[in-house]
Amino acid sequence: MNRTTTRGGIAANRTAGRGGARSIAWHAGSLLMLGVVLYPLVWLVGGSLKPSSEIVGSTDLIPASPVFDNYLSAAEGIARVPAWAFFVNSLIISTLTVVGVICSCSLAAYAFARLRFRGRGVMFVMMIATLLLPFHVMLIPQYIIFNNLGLVNTYVPLILPKFLAVDAFFVFLFVQFMRGIPSELDDAAKIDGAGHGRIFWNVLMPLARPAIITASIFAFIWSWNDFLGPLVYINTPGNYPLPLALRLYIDQEANSDYGAMIAMSLLSLVPVVLFFLAFQRYLVQGMATSGLKG
Amino acid sequence: MTQTTLTKGPARRGAGPRRAVAGPAPGRSDARAGYLFLSPWIIGMAVLTLGPMLASLYLSFTNYNLFNTPDWIGLENYRKMFADDQFHQTVSVTLRYVLLATPLKLGAALAVAIWLTQSRRAMGLYRTAFYAPSLLGASVAMAIVWRALFADDGVQDQLTSSVGLGIGGWVGNPDYSLLMLVLLAVWQFGAPMVIFLAGLQQVPRELYEAAEVDGAGRWRRFVSVTLPMISPVIFFNLLLETVHAFQVFTSAYVISGGDGGPAGSTLFYTLHLYQRAFSDYRMGYASAMAWVLLIVVGLVTALLFRTSRAWVHYAGGSR
Repeated sequence: MNRTTTRGGIAANRTAGRGGARSIAWHAGSLLMLGVVLYPLVWLVGGSLKPSSEIVGSTDLIPASPVFDNYLSAAEGIARVPAWAFFVNSLIISTLTVVGVICSCSLAAYAFARLRFRGRGVMFVMMIATLLLPFHVMLIPQYIIFNNLGLVNTYVPLILPKFLAVDAFFVFLFVQFMRGIPSELDDAAKIDGAGHGRIFWNVLMPLARPAIITASIFAFIWSWNDFLGPLVYINTPGNYPLPLALRLYIDQEANSDYGAMIAMSLLSLVPVVLFFLAFQRYLVQGMATSGLKG
Repeated sequence: MTQTTLTKGPARRGAGPRRAVAGPAPGRSDARAGYLFLSPWIIGMAVLTLGPMLASLYLSFTNYNLFNTPDWIGLENYRKMFADDQFHQTVSVTLRYVLLATPLKLGAALAVAIWLTQSRRAMGLYRTAFYAPSLLGASVAMAIVWRALFADDGVQDQLTSSVGLGIGGWVGNPDYSLLMLVLLAVWQFGAPMVIFLAGLQQVPRELYEAAEVDGAGRWRRFVSVTLPMISPVIFFNLLLETVHAFQVFTSAYVISGGDGGPAGSTLFYTLHLYQRAFSDYRMGYASAMAWVLLIVVGLVTALLFRTSRAWVHYAGGSR
């Protein structure tokens, strides 16, 4: 009775009469899947609290007597660079990436979504095509350019492209969102004498807040996780972001501290998890809409 | 949200004295504004995308080590590439990975999405939890975790040994190392799952009711209603995941320690390309590899679009 009123529609018809057993089975199955999917993360948390020698072989998920030595030695860093420096480096890259992506991609999206001009169709198709373009085709010439400009081992090669809207995914995300904003609002502003700059900044951008948040989070997390870019461009440990710092641990696995590597891995994921938990509603929705309306 | 702004809009309207001037002029001002707004994108497209694409095409016909002037050698790089055993190895590893990881990941995504639509109560919670790995999985940190889970004596070794398959950790086993990378990809099924879920929720309920009235069973409803109705979403996911699978790099690099081992079993195409370019400084050869990758991805994309006409169903022919 209770169930049928809360659900309604055909779902209720399907489940009605088969009782709570079905619901319990569903939740049991879901929890089982959840256990499998989240196992590696729980393992990571548990592993970071075990002595180095027990991490791989020990079967306890969470150790009975946790030790925090791994975190202490992780904090000391590696290659004579303290751990916090890697976090700062990653933070600089990811923050500037977010700024670049939001500015450049929203501007491009406004042109694609709202303005009529020659070549728009062709350029839109080109933009969509770059969604599927393997990054490796541009990698070597881009490296040559930045090398000739003396910008290797700086963050410019990692950040400058973000200010030039090369990530078509984000342009597309903004285009999709802006197309959903009624154009009567632009017309009203236009009648008030607002130019495109004003319409963009005062009408569309405030309304595009969900898209801005979605894009920010994706841009942040993707650049936080990016490995190939820093691997190619950054070559002194003092400039390393976290993914390269973790690679140092792998290279020196034999003589370095295994527990510190595991603790460092966990710490490097903490910002991603926090961002995800704070904004997951926007992320999941943004992902779904950008995929669907395409 | 739209409502508050809808009321804000007309309120300002009365104040506009330049109504007639600003109204119907979509021609020139639109064009100027269009190019202005697009200027970062246009510069990026020219300098960082199209220019480099053409440059790497040119370099692919040269001998270039970053320090000499590129030396034109015609098709020599391509000839060497197709004669190189390691190249064949990379193609085989990558193709096997694409053909395994993509269907398994999409299959898991669709199955879990359908599972989740059966209940609404805690669906959001599960959806969030299942989605999380697709944000974490591409990181070096998760690759390190995978390495540890599949190490000798690790979790996988103990599990497989307990069912009598004492083959040791998969990390060091050329027969299984690719499989653990496939599993890492499947673990990230959350992103396509979310897209499937959104698609499933848009299937009109009436269709299921009608099919049920006609006596269609659960399986029949899935094949005749669900699959055709979400085929655009399946196509979108298939295209994106396939193209991404070709470009997997981080997990292969970290898990193999950068050399594609053991015994070349994880020598992915992109990993080999990276080694040729940035360890050996054979930029011409690596550019040729990049172009072959581009052509293959292009062909696969074209093929998918071609076949999609036969099986992708757009409701109302809106596309």
